[in-house]
Amino acid sequence: MENLLEVKNISIDLKTKDNYMKLADDISFNIGKKQSFGIVGESGCGKSITALSIIQLLSYPLKVSSGQILFDSKKGMVDLLSLKNNEIRKIRGKEISMIFQEPMTALDPIFTIEQQIAETLKFHTNLSKKDMRSMALEMLKKVGIPRAEQILNEYPHQLSGGMLQRIMIAIALICKPKLLIADEPTTALDVTIQAQILDLMNELKEYYDTSIIMITHDLGVIAETCERVAVFYSGQVVEEADVAALFHNTAHPYTSGLLKAVTSIGDKSKELYTIPGMVPAGGHMPKGCRFEERCTKTMPICKEKAPELAEIEKGHKCRCWLYGERGDNK
Amino acid sequence: MKTIIGIIKELIKDPMGKIGFIGVLVIIILSVLAPIIAPYDVTEMFTQDKLTGPSSQYFFGTDNFGRDVFSRVIFGAKVSLRVGIISVGIAASFGLIFGVVAGYFEGKVDNIIMRFMDILFAFPSILLALFIVSVLGPSITNTMIAIGIVNTPVFTRTVRASVISVKSMEYIVSATSIGLKPKNIIIRHIIPNILAPFTVQATLALSGAILTEASMSFLGLGIQPPDPSWGSMLNESRKYMEMAPWLVIFPAAFIIFTILSFNILGDSLRDVLDPKLKL
Repeated sequence: MENLLEVKNISIDLKTKDNYMKLADDISFNIGKKQSFGIVGESGCGKSITALSIIQLLSYPLKVSSGQILFDSKKGMVDLLSLKNNEIRKIRGKEISMIFQEPMTALDPIFTIEQQIAETLKFHTNLSKKDMRSMALEMLKKVGIPRAEQILNEYPHQLSGGMLQRIMIAIALICKPKLLIADEPTTALDVTIQAQILDLMNELKEYYDTSIIMITHDLGVIAETCERVAVFYSGQVVEEADVAALFHNTAHPYTSGLLKAVTSIGDKSKELYTIPGMVPAGGHMPKGCRFEERCTKTMPICKEKAPELAEIEKGHKCRCWLYGERGDNK
Repeated sequence: MKTIIGIIKELIKDPMGKIGFIGVLVIIILSVLAPIIAPYDVTEMFTQDKLTGPSSQYFFGTDNFGRDVFSRVIFGAKVSLRVGIISVGIAASFGLIFGVVAGYFEGKVDNIIMRFMDILFAFPSILLALFIVSVLGPSITNTMIAIGIVNTPVFTRTVRASVISVKSMEYIVSATSIGLKPKNIIIRHIIPNILAPFTVQATLALSGAILTEASMSFLGLGIQPPDPSWGSMLNESRKYMEMAPWLVIFPAAFIIFTILSFNILGDSLRDVLDPKLKL
């Protein structure tokens, strides 16, 4: 499969006058054309900042300190990190767009839905007002909004969270981007709406041939929408695999822990499974494996030396000493 | 977004809001219609009628030159309102520019702007205004400039604080993510979203500006005679206070009425515009 986006060894630092932390360390992954790629991990593992760094939305004190993000744009492969402000602006919203976690706050409360949708078009196209309106209307119908004509003239506070997330998706897809970054798009919605939104995203992905990066902490969302998954832990990719391999042939102990922690209806056990311990604090990374303290399968070497992300079978990467010297690239 | 009519409707639902709104409306009508309402010219002296008390001929009596106090008070409203609006306009414009720049860009620019504002803020406002006027020379224009400068720091702070809180909203990140330039984000998304606290601040600053003008005129560094101003009228009538109390009572009553109306209006306006405070 051809790659649309190649994230190569990026590190993201939090750097102020008296504080320095590496929040994402040497992250690499590739996203194919029309692929949906999941990023899963707990809060603070670096998944959101990695996604934000793709379209240069990190603001001070966060900064990408090294690495490359190659994107197959209209002008061929470009390194998004080296683009000037006005060049990246042309990519934002047009070739890569983003939807956010909280649809309630992601729309400006003082503009009507029509104005919000038109804003993207106004910036990236030269359409007339009438064309923009008809395009907005068509888009709203496509994302399954009833009485679209009326809704165009309404304000965000008049609509429900599910509706607003549909509108966010409409705004994100109106310029037919090649890549859609969805940062926990269903976290703020209730479960029935979640399923509808995920279905809608799958549907539109097929329709527009868009690749999706789905950031979530919900393995259920990953199972439902993604083809390939990267598991983040403490600012690193600990496992990357096709979705079936990740669920059925889990390699990393952290991923197994996450899978065990998923509850299902009919589960009679009294207590929920949790992974013991805490994520190491930023800035105080252990010398060895970052998951060592919480791991159930820890070995002497884990304390001594950090494992590398290595391919343990075709298309399945894991960062763990369990897979022996294969995990040691050096 | 609420329309102006919607805001006014909501405002007059609240009894205090109604009082403030009507009070301000009365002042505005008086000053706009001053040439029609005032029975005499403000400088016309009726030498045979010096220091006469209120009567059907002179509603508020006459002063030591025989000028009609009623006409002067009405024209004083015009002067006060004009000074208030223009000086607040100056303060609000500068405050908006400085505040948005400081709040949006933060860092060094913010530091420079805000420290400068702190310096201005450190002076008692009347003292600073008097200083500016004594440098520029007393005149109505300079009074307006001075009051404008004095009020700028308050606006800058209000705007900056609102910008910082609005800037962190997800819709601003979202606007960036669709490719808008900072300029567009500021004009289209940030400024409209800070208008509520900005308007409230402007209303409250108006009463402050009117009061400052009155104080400066009272001290002789504001509006210069023979132009009528409530402050200078109070100053001139000091000597006759015991003989002719109407000279003090009416301008003072108008100052109180105006300030009170604007303050009540500002408070109610805040309740209407900022739902977060209405618990």
